[in-house]
Amino acid sequence: MKQAFLQTINLFKSMLPMLVGVLLLVSLMHQLFKNQYQHWFTGNYFLDPFIGALAGSISFGIPITSYVAGGELLHAGISLLAVTAFIMTWTTVGLVMIPLEAASLGRRFAVVRNLLNFVFALLVAMATVYTVVILS
Amino acid sequence: MKSCQPRFLSKLTGRTKFLFFTLVLYGIMALFNPAVTLDALSYFGVMFSKVLPVLGLVFIVLFCTNLFLNPERIRKHLGTDSGLRGWFYAIIGGIIISGPPYVLYPMLGELRRHGARNALLATILYNRNVKIHFIPAMIYYFGIRYTVVLSLYILLFSILNGKLLELLVDE
Repeated sequence: MKQAFLQTINLFKSMLPMLVGVLLLVSLMHQLFKNQYQHWFTGNYFLDPFIGALAGSISFGIPITSYVAGGELLHAGISLLAVTAFIMTWTTVGLVMIPLEAASLGRRFAVVRNLLNFVFALLVAMATVYTVVILS
Repeated sequence: MKSCQPRFLSKLTGRTKFLFFTLVLYGIMALFNPAVTLDALSYFGVMFSKVLPVLGLVFIVLFCTNLFLNPERIRKHLGTDSGLRGWFYAIIGGIIISGPPYVLYPMLGELRRHGARNALLATILYNRNVKIHFIPAMIYYFGIRYTVVLSLYILLFSILNGKLLELLVDE
């Protein structure tokens, strides 16, 4: 039991500086980018999903925040494709989190996972929007 | 070759260096935009106070993992021989587990150290997107048809994601 306790304490001690650093970075990014998303989109149907995915990748928060932001973007006339890419990368890609993810799961795992999730966000967005169009 | 970084920096671990450079970034930001820096610091305070209780819970889970779960048991349920049962656990686990990713990574790291498959860990992380308690909010903003279709695609793509990641990481 003592060994398990010490093992957990050591893990926490090594993770804490990284965790505080990531939270500080996330807080700064949040202040810099909040309420800015709308201005990033161009109205181009092919470029906007990519911009949406990028915007989601550098953002952070619980999924419901991305729905609210996504809802606002839809109201502002941004395409559903771009908004879906945005809400997908919001939770599956975390550029700011990569150092922390790499520290726990390995650098290769973190980089490959984030790159794959970025591409998959665009694919899921396309598949979802076209399926919804077909169904309706 | 002699390192050109200050001596005190070379004594720090990579993780502490990361924190140090983030603080330097805050210092630079404070010079140009003190208001944003203060807002960011107060936002950090709020976020950190919310994270602290979760960290307590994570500590207990990690402690129990180290105490009760042996590598053999983890390999059986989430290892290379876990088969369909492993995928099922990963999908359900990803949907059920709530909490920010920065508290999940250490837990998943421990599971991997004990023998869990990379593919299943990636699947758990991907399925964080399907949150039962947020579904009503998603329906409110995007409609029920969109919510169902997107959730099903997330489940499907989470498996593809896991398989591809394993292929690329474990090669």
